[in-house]
Amino acid sequence: MPTLRDIKRRIKAVQSTSKITKAMKMVAAAKFRKAQQRMFEMRPYADKMNSVLSILAGMTEGEVHPLLVVRPRKTVEVLVITSDRGLCGAFNTNILKAAMRHVAELKNQGFEVSVSSVGRKANDYYKRRNIVRRKSWSGISGKISYASAQEIAGDVIESYINETVDEVVLIYNEFKSVVAQKVIIKTILPIGSIEETGVEALPTAIFLYEPTQQEVFSRLLPKNIEIQIFRALLESQASEEAARMSAMENATKAANDMIGSLTLQFNKARQAAITKELMDIVGGVEALKG
Amino acid sequence: MENKLRLEIVTPYGSVFSDEVDEITAAGSEGEFGVFPQHAPFITMLKTGMLMCKQGSSTLIFFVSGGYAEVGPDKVVILGDSAEKSEDIDIERAKAAMQRAEERLKKIDNIDFGRATAALERATIRIQVAQKLSPK
Repeated sequence: MPTLRDIKRRIKAVQSTSKITKAMKMVAAAKFRKAQQRMFEMRPYADKMNSVLSILAGMTEGEVHPLLVVRPRKTVEVLVITSDRGLCGAFNTNILKAAMRHVAELKNQGFEVSVSSVGRKANDYYKRRNIVRRKSWSGISGKISYASAQEIAGDVIESYINETVDEVVLIYNEFKSVVAQKVIIKTILPIGSIEETGVEALPTAIFLYEPTQQEVFSRLLPKNIEIQIFRALLESQASEEAARMSAMENATKAANDMIGSLTLQFNKARQAAITKELMDIVGGVEALKG
Repeated sequence: MENKLRLEIVTPYGSVFSDEVDEITAAGSEGEFGVFPQHAPFITMLKTGMLMCKQGSSTLIFFVSGGYAEVGPDKVVILGDSAEKSEDIDIERAKAAMQRAEERLKKIDNIDFGRATAALERATIRIQVAQKLSPK
């Protein structure tokens, strides 16, 4: 039976925890709003880029650019995007589990798989399991810049062109709503199959290119990879903050429930103590009378 | 809708402009080009430079840095690395950037020579574009 003081101490502890989680929730909410705004600003650009490319890719045969060449799949690169910090619910677990499943599936189909990761959480996860990664980046979530997307894209493109990998798959959390993230598995290389997400496709006319088709492609295609990765990073960032927000909200709620039940316990114990004392006094008085 | 062009300028930092215009002049990698409605489909890389468009009797001026233009018969999409309306250009900032770039260029053992030159060009053109409008 915990004493009154024990219970009181626990209530205090839970109270301060709930204060912390509440503050963290508010911080996450502010960060989330920022991340969401950046993501929304990015979307029209990424969509336009996609629709331009889908028109172009539909009209050209593979030989134009190395990034358009579809080789027989032997090695598949899986790029997993997680967060750097924890306390965001099942956010990282979900993505890492999905990645593991996907890797296993690819291996079953007889492909070589190389894994790269973004985010400290993926780093820890793979290190614990002694899984060798081709490359890993961390410390970029929270201050995502276009430069970091460029760095990742540059590396991926390089290994595609020098044929260390034949396909690149991106796995990240897409932002659906504040309470829902969706794990997205998306092939970004080869660029053979770009889905049409744009609104209206231009009639398939012959395009004029300036300076040359080659030149335009050699700039536009890597750029598209950068943009896709950048977008994935932003989506992941917004989802992370949203996930943290709801995780902290739940934690605060749980803490408050706990405070409630502890207070009840405390009051019961206090009542019991008072009753016991009264009984003692009454007992003493009775004894004196006798 | 006829004889109008839909101009859309988008950058990774958001959409800058989206409206109907009559005529567009922009700096392509091979030189300046003009677009009227019913232009042949055309894709070009852009240089850092000025983009002008006529909308009725008024002329709008933009600064566009890098990127692509996709021209269709009734629309033009500019995918810029950065773009801003001439009124929105922060001249003080551009001037500071110009100075920084110049200083960097003075050091001879410079690895980032290309980057500094590009930065200098961007800053210079930005100032030019901004001043084009201000004397009025």
